[in-house]
Amino acid sequence: MARAVSTRRKWIATAAAWVVALVIFFPIFYMVVTSLKTEPEAIAGISLIPSGTFENYVEVQTQRDYFKPFLNSVIISLGSTLIALLIAIPAAWSMAFSPTRRTKDILMWMLSTKMMPAVGVLVPMFLIFRDTGLLDTRIGLTVVLTLINLPIVVWMLYTYFREIPGEILEAARMDGATLMGEIVYVLTPMAVPGIASTMLLNIILAWNEAFWSIRLSAANAAPLTAFIASFSSPQGLFWAKLSAASTLAIAPILIMGWFSQRQLVRGLTFGAVK
Amino acid sequence: MGNITLKNVHKAFGATVIIPDIDLEISDGEFVVFVGPSGCGKSTLLRLIAGLEDTTSGTILIDGADMTGEAPAKRGLAMVFQSYALYPHMSVYNNIAFPLKMAKADKGTIDAKVRAAAQTLNLTAYLERRPGQLSGGQRQRVAIGRAIVRQPSAFLFDEPLSNLDAALRGTMRLEISELHQQLKTTMIYVTHDQVEAMTMADKIVVLNAGNIEQVGSPLDLYRSPRNLFVAGFIGSPRMNFVTGEEAARHDAATIGVRPEHIRLSTTDGAWKGVVGVAEHLGSDTFLHIQVEGVGQVTARADGEFTVHHGDAVWLTPEPSKIHRFDADGNAI
Repeated sequence: MARAVSTRRKWIATAAAWVVALVIFFPIFYMVVTSLKTEPEAIAGISLIPSGTFENYVEVQTQRDYFKPFLNSVIISLGSTLIALLIAIPAAWSMAFSPTRRTKDILMWMLSTKMMPAVGVLVPMFLIFRDTGLLDTRIGLTVVLTLINLPIVVWMLYTYFREIPGEILEAARMDGATLMGEIVYVLTPMAVPGIASTMLLNIILAWNEAFWSIRLSAANAAPLTAFIASFSSPQGLFWAKLSAASTLAIAPILIMGWFSQRQLVRGLTFGAVK
Repeated sequence: MGNITLKNVHKAFGATVIIPDIDLEISDGEFVVFVGPSGCGKSTLLRLIAGLEDTTSGTILIDGADMTGEAPAKRGLAMVFQSYALYPHMSVYNNIAFPLKMAKADKGTIDAKVRAAAQTLNLTAYLERRPGQLSGGQRQRVAIGRAIVRQPSAFLFDEPLSNLDAALRGTMRLEISELHQQLKTTMIYVTHDQVEAMTMADKIVVLNAGNIEQVGSPLDLYRSPRNLFVAGFIGSPRMNFVTGEEAARHDAATIGVRPEHIRLSTTDGAWKGVVGVAEHLGSDTFLHIQVEGVGQVTARADGEFTVHHGDAVWLTPEPSKIHRFDADGNAI
């Protein structure tokens, strides 16, 4: 029997959901509001009504070039996602369909690398990048972002692949598919929702990554996260401009997330409900 | 051609032996059924022949060629799985065409073969549909179609009818038998259902704990089971076994008599018993009878033979149909 929910309880639950959603959304909303204020207004205290000026956006673009870090962000996040998928799909295939006694240990070990604070390896990473000439290069940042997100990508794909019955892959093997054929014609198309959501999530993570992007890049390879940080200058903080820069930086990923939310939710709940 | 020979085939997972050394000869065009209880190794044996599992030792010959280490696709065999294992993202047409595409056949050949297979299996109207839009029986036919287009030297069926309801299982059983008559290709069929084994097979291989207990035609196994296991497994309802004095009177440790080989009477007979449960199937009635000095006995009576719980009945086993077994369980 379906559980009966009274109208009053529904109203309370809806109101609670709205409150939670607004609390989560408020910082983003306040960032957009602040970007539309003048600098004196921005430091004057909390106010939700801006004067409505767009001068911060104009200044952000004239003071510093927005397009270059935007392009860097696109190249680095898409590049690192693509490489991570190319490595993770065969890795997850092997762990899901040919597990060994050590598979679980390897998965745990991969995840454990995410438990270490990034700052712990900052110095060696910086030295390696300096000595190999990768500092402030898109290639260097792409490699770093590939590696730091790889454990999550492998884990997610492993979970999706485990939902695919092994008999279907065996059928492909009987039908004459090579290992590559099996992955390309059978596994990948069947795991499209999972792969797509992994890809979207990885793009978002790479786009928003700040720790390594700020420390390993300067004028050439700086993505949008470094672009935002550059508004924190020795002359002081310019809240309104910083907010305008932040709004510009998150806008593309917010738009992408909005349009792909159905795919993202479908992928993240893949296998949870049959 | 589809001759398959297993020589000392052995399979173990670590220290656990699944298949102890097995020798088996399957001739071209035969319909061979591997039957046995769950966990007896029948599916593993089929997967070893298919190449989906590696043998620990031993040799698998297909048409005289050693295929022990060959990849599944190189063995020239086709397999139909219990779960159908269709590609859900492909249409019926593309599912059937997949093995031909993998073999890099040209488009014209693929189209002709797919349409011919679809016609044989009454699937022409469904070629553009996805597997998810088909019934269980139709899906199984697509799986068979995918196997047919490869023109394999042998078909391997791994419990293909287990997921179907009873009525459809009967229909598909007939269709697979007809297909065998039509193609005359070797078929190896795994099942735990002895009715499927009896009705479809030219030759039954009875397996128990990885060992071959007996190989023979369905009626050979029914009439002359080699041991207690085969006697108990083949035949439905299962054979009655009697030990003690009654067996000793026949110079055996155990005697076996099938329910259909017991004459029933309400007036006289060799054994006297009391009816426990009576299962009325219409044409037949199966009676579970508690017999004095013998134990629980199942007997098959004509549907018209009307007795009820607690009634006294007399049972007489047909003397020529009594099976005798020694203390090791082997037929005497």
